[in-house]
Amino acid sequence: MFFHPFDFVSIDNMSSAAELRVDEVHVWRGDRHVLKGVTLHVRRGELLHVAGPNGAGKTTLLRVVSGLLPPESGAVTWNGVAIRHAREEYLQNLAYASHEPALKSDLTPLENLRFMVGLKRRVSHGELLASLQRTGVADCADLPARVLSAGQRRRVAMARVLASAASLWLLDEPYTNLDSAGSRLLSSLLEEHVAAGGLAVVVAHHRLELAGTRQFELDS
Amino acid sequence: MSVGAGVGVWRALGLVLERELLLSFRRPDQLLQPLVFFLIVTTLFPLGLSVQLSLLRDMAPGVLWVAALLASLLSLDSVFKSDADDGTLEQLALSGQGLVVIVVAKTLAHWLVSGAALVLLSPLVGTALAIPVSAFGTMLASLALGTLTLSWLGAIGAGLTVGVKRGNVILSLIVLPLAMPLLIFGAGATDRAISGTSSSGALYLLGALCVLTCTLAPFAASAALRITLE
Repeated sequence: MFFHPFDFVSIDNMSSAAELRVDEVHVWRGDRHVLKGVTLHVRRGELLHVAGPNGAGKTTLLRVVSGLLPPESGAVTWNGVAIRHAREEYLQNLAYASHEPALKSDLTPLENLRFMVGLKRRVSHGELLASLQRTGVADCADLPARVLSAGQRRRVAMARVLASAASLWLLDEPYTNLDSAGSRLLSSLLEEHVAAGGLAVVVAHHRLELAGTRQFELDS
Repeated sequence: MSVGAGVGVWRALGLVLERELLLSFRRPDQLLQPLVFFLIVTTLFPLGLSVQLSLLRDMAPGVLWVAALLASLLSLDSVFKSDADDGTLEQLALSGQGLVVIVVAKTLAHWLVSGAALVLLSPLVGTALAIPVSAFGTMLASLALGTLTLSWLGAIGAGLTVGVKRGNVILSLIVLPLAMPLLIFGAGATDRAISGTSSSGALYLLGALCVLTCTLAPFAASAALRITLE
C-alpha cells in the first residue's frame, strides 16, 4: 500500500493568490555586501530555482526569505503582507529544509518528525509514517537517526517537509547525498507540489528541468 | 508569545519538554555526569577535612551549594548548543511557536534532569556532610529554588554563547557572578537551619529571585537565541 501525504493533507493554507515577494533586499555580513538589492517573486504553482556561484548568497537569501535573517533593507512579503508583521501565519505556510538534515541522532525518524511537525500542526502517526513511506525511509522509521546514511537522513528531512503540509517550500541543496533514485523521487515530489498549487524556492547547483520552474541567478 | 495554528502553547510546551527528556534519557552519560560530579565533590570534603563533625557541619552549606552550582553548570552548555549544531534549533525557530515557549520548555527540562535530580540526591550528601535531619527541609527547599533560578540564568548565558566555540568557559564567566546571590542566600538558609534559627528570610529572597528570573529570563534567552540565529 503506497500513501501520498497529499491524499489526506490538502494544502489548506494556500489561498488562490498565494504569492511570495522579495523586494530590494540588502544584506551585509560584516564588511561583505552579500545581497545587493535582490528582487524576486514566486506565485502558486511556481518553482524558483536559485542558482549562482559559491558565496553568491543563495543560502543567505533562503534565510532571509524564511525570516531567520532580517535584511538590512528591503522587505519579504507573503500575500502582500510583510512577513515580520504576519510571522505566525507565514510560518504555518512554510517548510524550510537547510543543507543540514536537522535531525536529532538519538531520536528515530518518526520521533524527529513527531516533535518537529507536531509543533506546526496536529499530525497523526499514520500521516508521519506515510510521509516516510513516500520518501522511501519507512523501513528506518524506528531506528535511531544516527545509524542512517546521509542520503537516508536527507530523505527523512524531505518527509518532514511533506508532513508539514506547507504551501511554501524553501529547500537548500536538497539533492545533496541523494542517489539517482532519490534525486528522481525529489524531482517528482517537487513537481507534484507545484502541480498541486504549491510554491517552492530551491537552491541547487545542478540544473532543474521540472515543470513550472523559473531560474533566478544570483551574481557573486 | 505566538501560537501555531492548531497547536496551542501548552501542547507545544509539552512536546518540547517530552522531546528534551527523551533526549536526556537516551544519553544517560550526560544525565549522570552532573549527579556524579555533585556526589564526588561533596564526598571529597569529609575525606579531606579533619574528623571534627562541628567543622564539617560549619562548612557543609558552602560545600553543598558550591558543588550544586558547579554541577548544574556542567550541563548548561548543552541546553541549546546541540540543537544549534545539528540545525534543529532553526527548525524550532521556524515551527510557528514563539522562541519563548521553546526556551521555557528546554529550561524546565534542564532543571528536571539536573537541578531536581540534585535536590533529590542532596539528603544523601547532607548526611555525609553531617547536616542534621531537621535542616533537610530548608536544604531541599533552598536547593530547589536555587537550582531552578540557576537554570533560568543559565538559559540566558547558553543563549548568548550558543554560537561561540568552547562557549562553556564564557558561559561560566557570565553565569557564576550572577549566581552569587543564590550562593549567599542558599548557603545562608541552610546554615541558619543547621543552627536552629529561622531561615524564612533567605528562603523568601531565593523565592523572589526565582520568580524574577522565571519571568524575565525566557524573554532574554529567546532574544539572545534570535541574535545567534541571524
